[in-house]
Amino acid sequence: MAASLVGVLAVVRNVSVKRTVRSKCLISSSHVCTRRLGASACRNAKAQVKRSLSQELVGVVGLEIHAQIHASTKLFSGSQVRFSSPPNSLVSFFDASLPGTLPVLNRRCVEAAVMTGLALNCTINKKSLFDRKHYFYADLPAGYQITQQRLPVAVDGRLSYGVLVDGSQNHVLERSVRIKQIQLEQDSGKSLRDGHRSQTLIDLNRAGIGLMELVMEPDMCCGEEAAAAVRELQLILQALGTCQGNMSEGQLRVDANVSVHRPGEPLGVRTEVKNINSARFLARAIDYELQRQMAVVESGGTVVNETRAFDFKSGQTIPMRDKEGLQDYRFMPEPNLPPLLLYDQQTAPMDADPTQVILIDQIQEQLPELPRVTRERLVKTYGILPEHSFTLVNEDDLVDYFVSVVQRTKAEPRKVIGWVLKDLLGQLKQRCLSTAQSPISPLALAELLDLLEAGRISSPAAKLVFQELWKGTGRSAEQIVEQQDLGVMRDHGEIERICQSVIDSHPEEVRAIRGGNRNVLNKLMGRVMKQTKGRADPLLVRTLLEEKTS
Amino acid sequence: MYCTLGRITSSLQCVALYLRPVRHRCGVYVGPHVVENRGGQNITRHRKKHTTSLSQSQTPHHHNPKVPQTPTWECVREDQLPLPTKVPPDLVDKLERLALLDFRNQDGVDCLEKAIRFADQLHVVNTDGVEPMASVLEDRTLYLRDDRIEEGDCAEQLLGLARNTLEGYYVAPPGNIPLPERDEREVLLKYSEM
Repeated sequence: MAASLVGVLAVVRNVSVKRTVRSKCLISSSHVCTRRLGASACRNAKAQVKRSLSQELVGVVGLEIHAQIHASTKLFSGSQVRFSSPPNSLVSFFDASLPGTLPVLNRRCVEAAVMTGLALNCTINKKSLFDRKHYFYADLPAGYQITQQRLPVAVDGRLSYGVLVDGSQNHVLERSVRIKQIQLEQDSGKSLRDGHRSQTLIDLNRAGIGLMELVMEPDMCCGEEAAAAVRELQLILQALGTCQGNMSEGQLRVDANVSVHRPGEPLGVRTEVKNINSARFLARAIDYELQRQMAVVESGGTVVNETRAFDFKSGQTIPMRDKEGLQDYRFMPEPNLPPLLLYDQQTAPMDADPTQVILIDQIQEQLPELPRVTRERLVKTYGILPEHSFTLVNEDDLVDYFVSVVQRTKAEPRKVIGWVLKDLLGQLKQRCLSTAQSPISPLALAELLDLLEAGRISSPAAKLVFQELWKGTGRSAEQIVEQQDLGVMRDHGEIERICQSVIDSHPEEVRAIRGGNRNVLNKLMGRVMKQTKGRADPLLVRTLLEEKTS
Repeated sequence: MYCTLGRITSSLQCVALYLRPVRHRCGVYVGPHVVENRGGQNITRHRKKHTTSLSQSQTPHHHNPKVPQTPTWECVREDQLPLPTKVPPDLVDKLERLALLDFRNQDGVDCLEKAIRFADQLHVVNTDGVEPMASVLEDRTLYLRDDRIEEGDCAEQLLGLARNTLEGYYVAPPGNIPLPERDEREVLLKYSEM
């Protein structure tokens, strides 16, 4: 939705607020940023900032997120909610805005909004009001959208998320962003451009579906933080079951408000970036827009307040059609809906029908486990590092995978996590597969780790078995070890003989080792391992080589 | 005498301007001539009596004691009201674009200013410390519906209402058609009124 007057007023109000702590951007080495962005204000990398802080431009990013409520029916009518359906087949008379129809609020949507508000530490407004937001567009048949502008359902929350820093440190930085408000509103229909005949085709299946609009304060400073915040929000909403969070199916829509300014000065003019279809594109779109604005400002120009669309093919933001200056939505109270009242167990009216009363504290008690709690539980139960826990929870289904492997194997969780995160996840990412599509089942991996634990194979051999298992030939780890003779070499004499032959065939290296260069030993070790096909115990080989070359 | 802003569409709530108090029209008018119900004729006569003259309030035999004979309130003095609002042409233009209204000519704008003046009488009431109402229904309970599929699946009926459809979709022009510029509009209107 285009930026409302309220949003602009909020930005103008922010200008007069002096913030003592500017949120600085932490850029990781893998980040798609120019050197200029990377040099600007890094909390940890103070050494990089040569110029005085007051001269550097910093980015300010605020997000407006629309999350489609996961319910069977729409917000104000009893028509079904489904992703792909024949056009206009899930439309009731109210959704088509036929005269004489009235909105009837869906209880499930209100509960979803309250659950989300509680999960994000918001204050739930016991009384909230519905308003009409007027604008004309073909996909909005009524000419107005029912939303909550005056008094939304939840206000003043906080979303805590972690930014994973790769590289030498590899740990998770805790950040948080303030949530200004969460409100219930209607979705509009879908319009398809028919270029041939120069017309628009309207499908109202989506019109009237309940949305939660989450408005965040502009506390973030770059694309990476925004992407991490959105990812955390996706996980929370999926854990609560209030939204499926699938950005590609349009269940989670993110619009970014981006501006640049110098620390201590008022906030700059912002632009709105729309049409972002995934969390990855979000980071790229925001970074591109920040770079573009910084280039404009540093070359002496001024940033224009406009709406820009992100083109993922070129990786650039393009101005959308100009919307004739600032839109005036002429908000008015929705006359057909009385205020929405929410209760606690103490304040609920005595004789009320239980289906007509929503109890906030009851919903609070019934909240499912949130991602933050899952991470802490994994660290406590399995003794893994917080960073590992972070990566586990971040990937869909990976926690379940990990837990089932740990339950089936005798190996320690700390060893299992290494295999799951480095070997399995690495392969999945390389081939763009999801955990559910992994060719290696938890059981197969558990068997492999058992063999390793029992000392039947060495770790290099285990890696080879892993590769074989990935090919998905249906053989178990045992069978592969049998067939390819990868079992640990037991014959001590055989190993000694091979070591000796390697030493004999590399006299210069031996001389170097005897001369004091211990690193050359690794080369000899490599030779031995190759000859034994990785089946020899590396420690034993090393000791033997060291003996023979001393 | 009263005038209504008949040309303003329903997106602006219709305001009927009463410049002088008139007799309030209630649903049931108990007149002197209803003795037997002879069907349509009597009723027509009633209605005719009802609408023709407003001065016929004098002596109905069974007058409702709750309805006063003469107005019980007084006009608000000009000096009690805030300054009259002038609607500048730019604002008229903006309103026309936003709400798709058509003020047509200066008379329409004058009507609007008079409507605002009438509403200015509300300023006389002291509302300090009074919470504004959300709506006149605000003391009712909002009904919460179960999340059950009960409607939908009437594509044929809905598409049958539209003039132009294509393969199950409604057809609309690409984007919003921009309103023509003001000069062009006047030319258009001159021709359309003819």
